[in-house]
Amino acid sequence: MRIPAIEQSYEAFMSRAYAIEVEAVERYTQFADQLEQHNNSEVAAVFRKLAEIEGLHAKYILDEMSWPSLPVLPVPYASNEPEGPETAPFDSLHYLMQPYHALEIALRCEIDAVNYFEDIAAGASDERVRKAASHMASEEREHVSLMRDWMKRVPRPKAGWDEDLDPPRMSE
Amino acid sequence: MNAPLAIPLQAKDFKSDYKPVWCPGCGDYSVLAAITKALAMLELKPHEVAVVSGIGCSSRIPAYTSCYGFHGVHGRSLPAATGLKVARPELTVLVASGDGDGYSIGGNHFLHACRRNVDLAYIVMDNHVYGMTKGQPSPTTEPDWSSKLAPGGTGLREFHPLVIALASGANFVARAFSGDPNGCAAIIAEAVRHPGFSFVEILSPCVTFRPEQRAWKDAVHPAPVAPTDDPARAARRIMTDDGFNIGVLYKGARPPYSGGPKAPTATIEDLECAFRL
Repeated sequence: MRIPAIEQSYEAFMSRAYAIEVEAVERYTQFADQLEQHNNSEVAAVFRKLAEIEGLHAKYILDEMSWPSLPVLPVPYASNEPEGPETAPFDSLHYLMQPYHALEIALRCEIDAVNYFEDIAAGASDERVRKAASHMASEEREHVSLMRDWMKRVPRPKAGWDEDLDPPRMSE
Repeated sequence: MNAPLAIPLQAKDFKSDYKPVWCPGCGDYSVLAAITKALAMLELKPHEVAVVSGIGCSSRIPAYTSCYGFHGVHGRSLPAATGLKVARPELTVLVASGDGDGYSIGGNHFLHACRRNVDLAYIVMDNHVYGMTKGQPSPTTEPDWSSKLAPGGTGLREFHPLVIALASGANFVARAFSGDPNGCAAIIAEAVRHPGFSFVEILSPCVTFRPEQRAWKDAVHPAPVAPTDDPARAARRIMTDDGFNIGVLYKGARPPYSGGPKAPTATIEDLECAFRL
C-alpha cells in the first residue's frame, strides 16, 4: 500500500491510527444503540464490548503519544477516502441478528485492520512508522484470535434466523 | 513533540442526543453520518445551518442533528425551506426528503424549486419504496417489483428524478450512495458550496422492505466522465446510464434567485402625495 503523504511522519501516522480506532469505537457504539432501539439487547451488549475493546487501542495510542490535545484528521483527508479498515458498514446489521453475526462483522474488520497496518509497515520509509505499524498489526492479529475464540463460545445461527412471522415494521 | 492536526468542529458536533429509530442496516444512518461530516468539512457551525424535512423515514433527520430543524408537512419541505432561505439568506439550508415525500406528494414542489433556483441543497434518500408506511411502491419503484401490497408490480414506469431536475432548472445534480458515507459527504459539501438549487439523489437501501437493495453496493460505480455544464448532455448521459453512476453529473452556472424585483422605495411622504386630492 502506498502511504499517503500525510502519513509519512510518525505523528501523522499515529494521528491516523487513533482516528481509525475512534471511528471503530463510534460505529460499534452506534450499532449498540440501534440494536437497543430494536430490543435486541444481547447483540447490543456485544457491540458495546467491541467498542470497549477498540477503545483500549485508542487509549494505548494516546498514552504513547502524550498529545496536548486529542488528534483529529484534517477534514478533506478524512472524507475523500473510504472509512477506516476497522469501521463496519452501516448495512451490516439486521434487527434479528445474533451475537455470532456481530462477531463475524468484527472479525472481518480486524482482518482488514491487520492487512492495512501490515501494508503500511511494508511500505514505510520512516523506521518509527514501520515499527508502530508493525506493532498495530500485531495488536490487530490478537484481536482476530480473540474474535475467533469468542465465536466458538456463542451459538451458530440456524438457517432462517432472519425470518419473522410477525415483523415489527414500525419502531415507535 | 508536534501537536496533532486539528479542525474546528467534527461530525459528532452536528449530531443531537436523540437516537435514530431507523431499522438496523438502513442506509439513512449513513446519510446522517454524511451530512454531519459534510457540515464539518464546510467548517459551519450548527447555528448557521437549518435542516428542513417533510414526512417519512428520511425526514426524521432534522431531529438527529444539532442544527436548526423543521420537520414539516408531507411533501412540503421545499416550500418551507424556500421561505426560510429567502427570509434568512445567511443560513445554510439543507432539505431532507425521500422518494415518496419528494417525488410523489411533493413532486410539484420539486419542479418549482428547481425552476426557482433558490440556494438550497436538496438531499433525497431514494429507496424505491414507502418504508414508514409499510412498503407501498413509490414513484421510483420498478414496474415489476412484486410485493404483498402490489402483487405482480405496478406496471408503471419509474419517475426519473435527475432528468426531471435538469429539465426543471436545477443548478447542480448529483447521485450518491449511502454505502460510501465519505463519498456522500464530499458530494453533499460540494452541493452546499454550489450556488442555486443543488439536487443530490442518494441511493439509500431499505433493508426491511427491499432487502435485495443490499446488493446496490456491488452495482454502484463512479461516473466515468467529469460533470458537464450542458444540461442536454447531462440529461442524455443520465437517461442512458445504468442508474448506478455515482458522482456530480451536472454543474450549471445559472445565478440563484436573489429576491426578485426590488421593493419600491417610496417614503410615507411620497405615498401621501400620491393619494392627495
